[in-house]
Amino acid sequence: MSVFPEGSEGFALLAGVLLPLAGTLLIGVFRNRPNLREGATLVTATLLFLLVASLVPGVLEGARPRVTLVEVLPGLPLVLELEPLGLLFALVASLLWIVTSVYSIGYMRGHHEENQTRFYIFFAVALASVMGVAFAGNLITLFIFYEVLTLCTFPLVTHHQTEEAKKAGRVYLGILLTTSIGLQLLAIVWTYFLAGTLDFRPGGILNGARLSGPAAATLLALYVFGVGKAAVMPVHRWLPAAMVAPTPVSALLHAVAVVKAGVFTVLKVSVYIFGPEFIRSMGAADLLVWVAGATIILASLVAFTKDNLKARLAYSTVSQLSYIVLGALLATRWGIVGGGMHIAMHAFGKITLFFGAGAIMVAAHKTEISQMRGLGRVMPVTFGAFLVASLSMIGLPPAGGTWSKWFLGLGTLQAGELGLLAVLMISTLLSLYYLLEIPVKAFFLPPREAGEHPGGIQEAPLPMLIAMVATALGTVALFFAPDLVYELMSLVAGP
Amino acid sequence: MTEHLPVLLVIIPLLAAPVAALLHWRRSSWAFALVTTAATFGVSVLLLREVLQEGTIVYSLGGWAAPYGIEYRVDIVSAYVALVVSAIGAIVMPYSFRSIAKEVEAGKAPYLYAALLLCLTGLLGITLTGDVFNLFVFLEISSISTYALIAMGSDRRALHASYKYLIMGSIGATFIVIGIGMLYVMTGTLNMADLAERLPYVSGRTESVAFAFLTVGISLKLALFPLHLWLPDAYTYAPSSVTVFLASTATKVAVYMLVRVFFTVFGVFFSFQVMTLHWVLLPLALTAVLAASVIAIYQENVKRLLAYSSVAQIGYMILGIALGTVTGVAAGLIHLFNHALMKGALFMCMGAVMYQVGSVRIEAFRGLGRKMPWTMAAFVASGLSLVGVPLTVGFVSKWFLVLSVVEQGMWWVALLVLLGSLLAVVYIWKVVEAAYFQPYEGAGEVREAPLSLLVPTWVMVAGSLWFGMDATFTAGVARRAAETLLGVGP
Repeated sequence: MSVFPEGSEGFALLAGVLLPLAGTLLIGVFRNRPNLREGATLVTATLLFLLVASLVPGVLEGARPRVTLVEVLPGLPLVLELEPLGLLFALVASLLWIVTSVYSIGYMRGHHEENQTRFYIFFAVALASVMGVAFAGNLITLFIFYEVLTLCTFPLVTHHQTEEAKKAGRVYLGILLTTSIGLQLLAIVWTYFLAGTLDFRPGGILNGARLSGPAAATLLALYVFGVGKAAVMPVHRWLPAAMVAPTPVSALLHAVAVVKAGVFTVLKVSVYIFGPEFIRSMGAADLLVWVAGATIILASLVAFTKDNLKARLAYSTVSQLSYIVLGALLATRWGIVGGGMHIAMHAFGKITLFFGAGAIMVAAHKTEISQMRGLGRVMPVTFGAFLVASLSMIGLPPAGGTWSKWFLGLGTLQAGELGLLAVLMISTLLSLYYLLEIPVKAFFLPPREAGEHPGGIQEAPLPMLIAMVATALGTVALFFAPDLVYELMSLVAGP
Repeated sequence: MTEHLPVLLVIIPLLAAPVAALLHWRRSSWAFALVTTAATFGVSVLLLREVLQEGTIVYSLGGWAAPYGIEYRVDIVSAYVALVVSAIGAIVMPYSFRSIAKEVEAGKAPYLYAALLLCLTGLLGITLTGDVFNLFVFLEISSISTYALIAMGSDRRALHASYKYLIMGSIGATFIVIGIGMLYVMTGTLNMADLAERLPYVSGRTESVAFAFLTVGISLKLALFPLHLWLPDAYTYAPSSVTVFLASTATKVAVYMLVRVFFTVFGVFFSFQVMTLHWVLLPLALTAVLAASVIAIYQENVKRLLAYSSVAQIGYMILGIALGTVTGVAAGLIHLFNHALMKGALFMCMGAVMYQVGSVRIEAFRGLGRKMPWTMAAFVASGLSLVGVPLTVGFVSKWFLVLSVVEQGMWWVALLVLLGSLLAVVYIWKVVEAAYFQPYEGAGEVREAPLSLLVPTWVMVAGSLWFGMDATFTAGVARRAAETLLGVGP
């Protein structure tokens, strides 16, 4: 039972993409009145989430609304189509946009950031691109919005316009454009040449194509490395570089939207362009799963060595993203379910961790983990949320990450890859240390020198606390009620 | 009236040129040229529409039929290229009002407009004619007027640039006329259709030699690597409007000449199977793409940087054409249209910066992102198009080019094409970084360019976005043109 009259769900998809863009107009209009401007962002984000949420019942019943727009290339129109994976991504992104907007208010003002209007405008444009990626009905549409996402997040990454930001911007744009133009576009053209279409279809579109085993593996590799946003090693360097951005950017975009667009693309290509059976029968992912596995372990090891909190979280993200890539490449039912669920679980968990990092920076002016001993006594809410979110990353109850890790483990068994199960176990142990170290030392150890935390450090501003607690509670809620996420991914993975 | 459209396209600018030269009262020569180019554009639109509906138009000049008379043969390719040329001619005129006024002395301006109209005549004549010697005549008209146009640049080096182009261009034209002469000696006709019929029956070395002369001559006009040496100086030191006009038309028409001579006159079989043209053009095109892009990265003068970028983009066009397939030739023709839009807009931005700041060296761009936001935004948009970001025309070109290469299974070539795009990111990035990440260091105040410079620029940018989002027109026409050329279509 849908909220919309017959046939109009397709236009709801178009509205989902256009709504954030309309929001940018409002933000621009109110550029000199900060409260109204932030209000515009909040209203737009809320409306977007309600719109996306309203699409859920229909999709669960099997509806796949579709709308065809302009024909960008002959035979290749811009198509928006809703299926469960896209809906999941859109739900996560839109819900967390609301929370991040609340957080941004606290952060941007508490940190006395400049150019805030530009910030909120490009943020909204980025969300519009994310909606476009989530709702893309064929590869060309997805590619278009993927590139737009790269470009519109660039001003956000280089927001501070310092020398450091400029260098980071170069790495960011350099890696993302090189991979997308050099590898991904080639893969897309090749796919079009093989299949004659770029539509996403259950079971894939390559079944009739003349493709040898090694060629299929090469094509899949072009996608995995070409989707730079999935941060598979060695094209991961842009992620730590992007940490130079203001923390709300790191939180939403690089824990949720941009990186999730990357792994979403990998999942979507695996399931709807190649098809799980095709991947398994051609053995296309045999080597690539180990690339994902290596990324998981290596990124965790690098995270260990990082004292800068945001850098450690960045490498943790690289590692966690490859969980999802692994799930996609295993091409087994549980792997796909686990990978897709991890999109939601990791999003809530990681965003909380980044919120915490930002709170610590604003309230205590500290960025290095070694400086944070004993800080938990003066900032209990922040580190409490941090602790809960860490549990989700590690995969321990009562946090939602438990479920996604569980299914991913099942996925490796289903594929008969015990080595990869070991990889999952090892990385769990590693993340246990490098994540829990932070809140544990903050709560239970005294500061290294007396007076390291000068009096007057209080908790972070209220909007930031509200956002952090909300997402931390979200991770717990996802443990007790993962039903929607599970159901959506089950529809994707098939029987 | 409509049956005279082909000749009107040439006559209007031709007769207008001397009139423009004589109009010295205020800006009347500019106004006259404006009206003329607008009319020419209108005629070319009508012509294309007629060709798309009715098929190839054959028009005998003065009513004298071939082979004694000169014949204009307008097929889809001709009308398409003519449209591009006349459109650029029309859009450059409003732009020239202030730009030329600032860069060229008032006394010389009428002569500049006259030369521009003559150049337009020449270029349009090349696209329409069906007679090889007539082609040479129009080629010379356009070349000589180009030499004059370049020489009017405000920098003293403009004279040297013009002289260099004069020498090299004349060599090229001489090669072409030698080739034409040999063709005449072999077949006794100068009409392209007749030549196409008779050439398969004349065998011997003369035909191959003629082919070689024509290839070299046309490649020089095309600025195909390594015969491109005239282009950087010519584009850099010419007046800004002239660069806009030349960058978007002269080399495009040379591409047209190439296609006409190789596909129509000599035929696909002779060009590709006997003379293995692709083995010559393909490596040169690839080298052009890579070498010119790398050289562009190291340029300190942004106009020069864009000139080298043009050499690379010409490489892309030739690459597509050299493949000899429908998709490949269509890709080359699509890029012809798209590049005119992109490069035209980019050089218009250069003209705007020159107008406001007085220099186009990279240092002059520092901080312009804030001071001249609209100009730099146009630069970014066109730069993204050059790189090949989706929703821009550059992406459409890239798509078809990579598709045509993948169809032939040439994986290394595909990767090199994409590498060229990445090199473009680097040199576009250079300018973007200066404009948006560095503070303004100039002496005086700098404001945004006047509307008469901005509006044409944004019209071009809007065009590159429009045709990037909906490529049915350009891709459709290009495909039909390719089919006609290769003889596989209706």
